[in-house]
Amino acid sequence: MSALTELGLAEARDGLRAKKFSAREITEDHIKAVEAARPLNAYLCETPEKALAMAAASDERLAKGEGKPLDGLPLAIKDLFCTEGVPTTAGSKILEGFKPPYESTVTSQLWRDGAVMLGKVNLDEFAMGSANITSAYGHVENPWRRKGDNHALVPGGSSGGSAAAVAARAALAATGTDTGGSIRQPAAFCGLVGLKPTYGRCSRWGVVAFASSLDQAGPMTRSVRDAAVMLQSMAGYDPKDSTSANVPLPNFEAALTGDIRGMRIGIPREYRIDGMPAEIETLWERGIEWLKAAGATPVEVSLKMTEYALPVYYIIAPAEASSNLARYDGERFGKRVNGDTLDAMYENTRAEGFGAEVRRRILIGTYVLSAGYYDAYYLKAQKVRALIAQDFDKAFESCDALLTPTAPSAAFGIGEKFDNPIQMYLNDVFTVTVNLAGLPGISVPAGLSSEGLPLGLQVIGKAFDEESVLRVGQVIEQAAQFTAKPAFIAGEA
Amino acid sequence: MSLIKGETGDWEMVIGLEVHAQVSSQSKLFSGASTAFGSEPNTQVSLVDAAFPGMLPVINKLCVEQAVKTGLGLEAEINLVSIFDRKNYFYADLPAGYQISQYTRPVVGKGRLVLDMPDGSSREIGITRLHLEQDAGKSLHDQHPTQTYIDLNRSGIALMEIVSEPDIRSSEEAAAYVKKLRSILRYLGTCDGNMEEGSMRCDCNVSVRKPGGPLGTRCEIKNVNSMRFVMQAIDYEARRQIEVIEEGGTIKQETRLFDSGRGITRPMRSKEEAHDYRYFPDPDLLPLELDGAWVQQLRSAMPELPDAKKARFVSQYALSPYDAGVLVDELASANYFETVAKGRDAKLACNWVMGDLFGALNKLGVDIANSPVKAESLGELISLISDNTISGRIAKDVFAAMLDTGKNAGAIVEEQGLRQVTDTGAIEQAIDAILAKEGEKIAEYRSGKDKLFGFFVGQVMKATQGKANPALVNDLLKKKLAG
Repeated sequence: MSALTELGLAEARDGLRAKKFSAREITEDHIKAVEAARPLNAYLCETPEKALAMAAASDERLAKGEGKPLDGLPLAIKDLFCTEGVPTTAGSKILEGFKPPYESTVTSQLWRDGAVMLGKVNLDEFAMGSANITSAYGHVENPWRRKGDNHALVPGGSSGGSAAAVAARAALAATGTDTGGSIRQPAAFCGLVGLKPTYGRCSRWGVVAFASSLDQAGPMTRSVRDAAVMLQSMAGYDPKDSTSANVPLPNFEAALTGDIRGMRIGIPREYRIDGMPAEIETLWERGIEWLKAAGATPVEVSLKMTEYALPVYYIIAPAEASSNLARYDGERFGKRVNGDTLDAMYENTRAEGFGAEVRRRILIGTYVLSAGYYDAYYLKAQKVRALIAQDFDKAFESCDALLTPTAPSAAFGIGEKFDNPIQMYLNDVFTVTVNLAGLPGISVPAGLSSEGLPLGLQVIGKAFDEESVLRVGQVIEQAAQFTAKPAFIAGEA
Repeated sequence: MSLIKGETGDWEMVIGLEVHAQVSSQSKLFSGASTAFGSEPNTQVSLVDAAFPGMLPVINKLCVEQAVKTGLGLEAEINLVSIFDRKNYFYADLPAGYQISQYTRPVVGKGRLVLDMPDGSSREIGITRLHLEQDAGKSLHDQHPTQTYIDLNRSGIALMEIVSEPDIRSSEEAAAYVKKLRSILRYLGTCDGNMEEGSMRCDCNVSVRKPGGPLGTRCEIKNVNSMRFVMQAIDYEARRQIEVIEEGGTIKQETRLFDSGRGITRPMRSKEEAHDYRYFPDPDLLPLELDGAWVQQLRSAMPELPDAKKARFVSQYALSPYDAGVLVDELASANYFETVAKGRDAKLACNWVMGDLFGALNKLGVDIANSPVKAESLGELISLISDNTISGRIAKDVFAAMLDTGKNAGAIVEEQGLRQVTDTGAIEQAIDAILAKEGEKIAEYRSGKDKLFGFFVGQVMKATQGKANPALVNDLLKKKLAG
């Protein structure tokens, strides 16, 4: 560990501008940290040479006083973002050997702004999972441990590699993607800030698709300010993505005023679910008190359709995925397993290329879209989805943002909850609604469980009101004074 | 209505057509790749067309405009909100594993198309809908003994699928429908209508029934690629169905392929058709929303279409409906005619265009756009006839020379000294010279052998190398022969 890997993204930015250290120095320290973090299996592909070259270019610009917003800041990239000439696997065997001849819009904007790429990080296969155990390249370990227990824990998912790398100080920050909670839940499990922006805020172009109407890229960082800084570069209208929103880009960092006086914070009563651990309930109450103390007013709101969110999500997301993943047919890129006929080639390629969870979701998705079932499943799910969005619209008539827990539990152990996919799906209970409604949501570390594991609180905002989400999130961050560190820090003995 | 005689009496065909018309556009429906025909395989393929991971479709506005224009040309409802759906199936030339199409909410709704039948009657055929969709790539099965090659140049090109109501009652009507539709598309410039290059393809839904009886079970014949094949395929299929039914069998609803080599239809292998397409709205695309004012703009900028032009030709130029119909079939012919007829004798212009010109072009095997005789030149020729500079007969020779040399009518007339003799004195002189030699024939004529008049005319024309004005020759001859 070095002092430079301990810095936050914004701090490092300021340090580079003040010439306290060079981009090369902070990058070299991070390259060492990436190597040291290998036991976590967070990185699928390390790109140290690329990183050093990018750092050198940053140093040149910084020396001339022409530093860009993210110049010299080493980042980890979820391996769902296509990166030109760098292997992109989506955590799947089926994309083995695939080197995209193009760069995703989001990552190209990060490089445009001077960021340094450390490598590509692990994830659940095609982002399908909540524990990063479905990756074809092995599970990722959470750098945190329960108090007095060395059993390895999951980092959450699907952006588990991003979360583990940032928590272990093997990257200043990372990109994630969030389809049902895949940024916020691993952020909560690893004691990080994870922001899922409004659907349409960040371009999906060049991001391997899981469920197109839900997927959204966002930052995973160690502070709310860092999230604001990184979002600034990731976001923006992209004419190559028809669902990208052509709306003005605010200055997110400037939204961090700390002033939430007069804001009304909605507390959805349906989020008090059966079986939720008392300590999460307590944390939530504490969060409400913090916001009250800062001058906000809590108001109880109702999100009546909440109980249907998970079933709806597990119809819509697999439906879209079953179609999105049809292109992995062994024909043009990635893995091919030949067969005697075209169909045999498809079957062999996809049977070998896709893991169990991906196959399960393709099957579910194919089923819910098939003749005779479409109306009962997909169509009905779309209708309920519209009602879920209406719930939020209605709630936002009486409040400016919502506060909820991020996940119903702290990180669990590797091997736990694995036998029952439904149990696993329940992880997303507080996060999927936000995707279904297309809203922005942030998870902020707010305390530790009795076992010493991080717990997160989620702030949900109106569409394109990331500013409020960030502002409220930062108030929680400051109140929570979350300073705990994971058991594993890259480079620490 | 044409009925088919079967063993058990008359049968009526019920036909609906689905025409896939390639949208005239420089680039594809959802990508910037070129649509040019005949390029090297896989040279016009964007990452979107090849369905690389993370690639997203972006609608090409021009293609939408073309579809809306076509809808307006079919007097159809334009849906201001329509939806793109995914039609899911696996095939080697379908890179994404789905085709982006419009299923429940097409961009164009109900419309109509009027058929002009050869006997001069007309029939209205309902249009059910028009929707936009992507074309697939091409599988090349003949490049390798055991492998199939894929060419994705066509993948993603915009098609308009234009679906008719089952209003068509004979193969002739089906051909007339395709012809009329093609004519409208070409007028609008929304599809080049080139069936040989595959820019118009036709699926035929055919069933048979006793006249006026309940509808029979239909079969769909896929990918019929010429007007002649449309007729052949429908006639064969109707016959086949009648035979099956009359032999006590039943028609199975199925998709069949037209084998143009053998002139028959055959069922597709069950694997080729057993699809559940799992249509659902494409989440990569927002609903297609059109601005009503924009549609209105397109509507007011619509060109004159074949039906309106035909009616105008009949009223403005006093052409017969048949002639007008032939002339307006191709916009180029109609324009050619109007250039020729401008300020001239329209009937004469029509006769020359439809007779001499079409005959010559046919013989040369070139279309009117490439005619060696331009409309202005033919017009000049007709002016020369009308102002009596040359006779109609000489005009035929002049026209032949124009075809050969590409020169103007006037120049040919001058060069070859073909100017008509309208000088009464000169003609009288020629007549007198003839009459002086033909005393015997004059006597015969005067004694009642009227037919000899033609002989005298011929002699005079011969003597004047055909340049004498025929009307003057007639007049003068009659007077002189009358003595």
